[in-house]
Amino acid sequence: MMANRILLLASLDVQTWTYIIVGFTFTIYIGIAIWTRAASTKDFYVAGGGVSPLANGMATAADWMSAASFISMAGIISFAGYDGAVYLMGWTGGYVLLALLLAPYLRKFGKFTVPDFIGDRYYSNTARFVGVICALLVSFTYVAGQMRGVGLVFSRFLEVDINTGVMIGMFIVLFYAVLGGMKGITYTQVAQYCVLIFAFMVPAIFISIQMTGNPIPQLGFGDTLADGSGTYLLDKLDGLSTDLGFAEYTEGSKSMTDVFAITLALMVGTAGLPHVIVRFFTVKRVRDARKSAGLALLLIAILYTTAPAVSVFARTNLIETVSNKPYDNMPEWFKKWELTGLITFTDKNEDGNIQYLADKEKNELVVDNDIMVLANPEIARLPNWVIALVAAGSLAAALSTAAGLLLVISASVSHDLIKKMINPNISEQGELIAARLSAIVAVGIAAYFGIHPPGFVAATVALAFGLAAASFFPAIILGIFYKRMNKEGAIAGMIVGISSMIFYMLKFKFGWFDGGTKDDWWFGISPEGFGTVAMILNFVVSIVIMKFTPAPPEDVQQIVENIRIPSGAGEATHH
Amino acid sequence: MSKSNAKAYWRENLKYLFILLAIWFVVSYGAGILFKDALNEIRLGGFKLGFWFAQQGSIYVFVILIFVYVRLMNKLDKKYGYDGE
Repeated sequence: MMANRILLLASLDVQTWTYIIVGFTFTIYIGIAIWTRAASTKDFYVAGGGVSPLANGMATAADWMSAASFISMAGIISFAGYDGAVYLMGWTGGYVLLALLLAPYLRKFGKFTVPDFIGDRYYSNTARFVGVICALLVSFTYVAGQMRGVGLVFSRFLEVDINTGVMIGMFIVLFYAVLGGMKGITYTQVAQYCVLIFAFMVPAIFISIQMTGNPIPQLGFGDTLADGSGTYLLDKLDGLSTDLGFAEYTEGSKSMTDVFAITLALMVGTAGLPHVIVRFFTVKRVRDARKSAGLALLLIAILYTTAPAVSVFARTNLIETVSNKPYDNMPEWFKKWELTGLITFTDKNEDGNIQYLADKEKNELVVDNDIMVLANPEIARLPNWVIALVAAGSLAAALSTAAGLLLVISASVSHDLIKKMINPNISEQGELIAARLSAIVAVGIAAYFGIHPPGFVAATVALAFGLAAASFFPAIILGIFYKRMNKEGAIAGMIVGISSMIFYMLKFKFGWFDGGTKDDWWFGISPEGFGTVAMILNFVVSIVIMKFTPAPPEDVQQIVENIRIPSGAGEATHH
Repeated sequence: MSKSNAKAYWRENLKYLFILLAIWFVVSYGAGILFKDALNEIRLGGFKLGFWFAQQGSIYVFVILIFVYVRLMNKLDKKYGYDGE
């Protein structure tokens, strides 16, 4: 009987497994949503303010790790080698800034949104409005990228149309974000963290054992090969890469200045992202905010230290599977990914073999970054249930981030625009309805972007970080650490910071203002790294303007003194 | 709570921030980027050391830094009587 059952499970195909695992996880998410409905605006914006540090840490980790972290990052590193470190350090190092410079003070301040802090600290609705615009820009560009991830997974693994995939994903998010607000999102994110980390680690551990005999991927990719040759895996990959004309894997090819600038822009951008900051409004006390930032980074680091190992395994496996091998002998996964257009092969010298080379003239194979993680279990011939698990994990990563972003969008509209600027007399019930309606509209817009992905999505994800780095980060830091900073300085700084960032992106990414190539970059810094320059500009402009304008009023200086002291945080409140 | 108490608390807090952020900078921008070529001469098993700091080591240090900060601040809160509700 038992043996029969095992035989049955082993014989299920990938698609059936995917339906089972994805269906199971979606049922959990919906169940949690029904169980955690939001009854007040405080539930809706900050989950009632009583979330435990561990739950908030898990929710922050899921919120933070998007389709980009789960699906794309290991793939990008696979092709970039050492240069991939900009994402690894940039997307984790920001948490140190967040924990030490922002989270505890913003929690003490105790409001609902990031524009709330900007508006109150700089005693100005103009500042608040600039904050709302930045929050909306950052969040919409981000959410569009998540939808592409959802569509990709549905179309490849469930073999439904991409548009249907996007609609299913959107319906699920709509259900728990609108019903549960921050409260529903928080507890579904806790579940989604568990799903996504399990789904990322299982194949990584399998492959690490396969290739090096070491069950810990973080150590495995620095270990010797399991074939008994005594060669280190990284040395072998360096050799394979140079043989095919690529840069040595452990060296990379970007300039040091650019690596420096991109890393800093991503770190500072991370610390300035509204959907991450707002998570720290949900815990009870200042000390909980500090602790949960630490837990969040610990939980994120599990994936981020595994990803570079996955990159090395996947890259080595890919080269060994395809390089100089006959096209007709390619395994099934190769043909399936060809159908999605993410692998393309053109037999330029017509010898029937695949030439995979750095030289663009002779190279015959193009592999999209995004499939490395998704295809990795298949490339390594892991069991079908593992492949299905990866599909469920990518959906968890994309949906959790999308939900967090949608909440920022709806809170910016219902709380900062309607309640604080347009109609201050709106009732609690009215505001809650407005919040739910704006969430629905935001989901609609996000779905539109998912179905008609604008060509600039990939380019604008970097813009989201640059924008956050160039706008929120300096304004918040100065607001906490520089009592004399006034509204004139902060507003001027934010506007100059954002505008220079947008200008640089338009010029070098989209060819506006006469465009320009790599050789025209200022100081050799790419648009991805320009957030660093724009942030410095913001700081300089803020401080210079502040010197020539009046100091902030006494009561605002009092607020600053007060947020520096951790006790008496109270609960996040309206006023 | 007196004003001078708050000032002294803030000054100690800034001192911690300065030290912890200096370490943060040295492991990531120093070991992982600026001095990676020199560190790559040293090997840690199969890893070149600069590469290891850039893709592994710096992340471990980041996690440790936050937990050290949490401990230091909890102690500091107690010392200055800010640990109540």
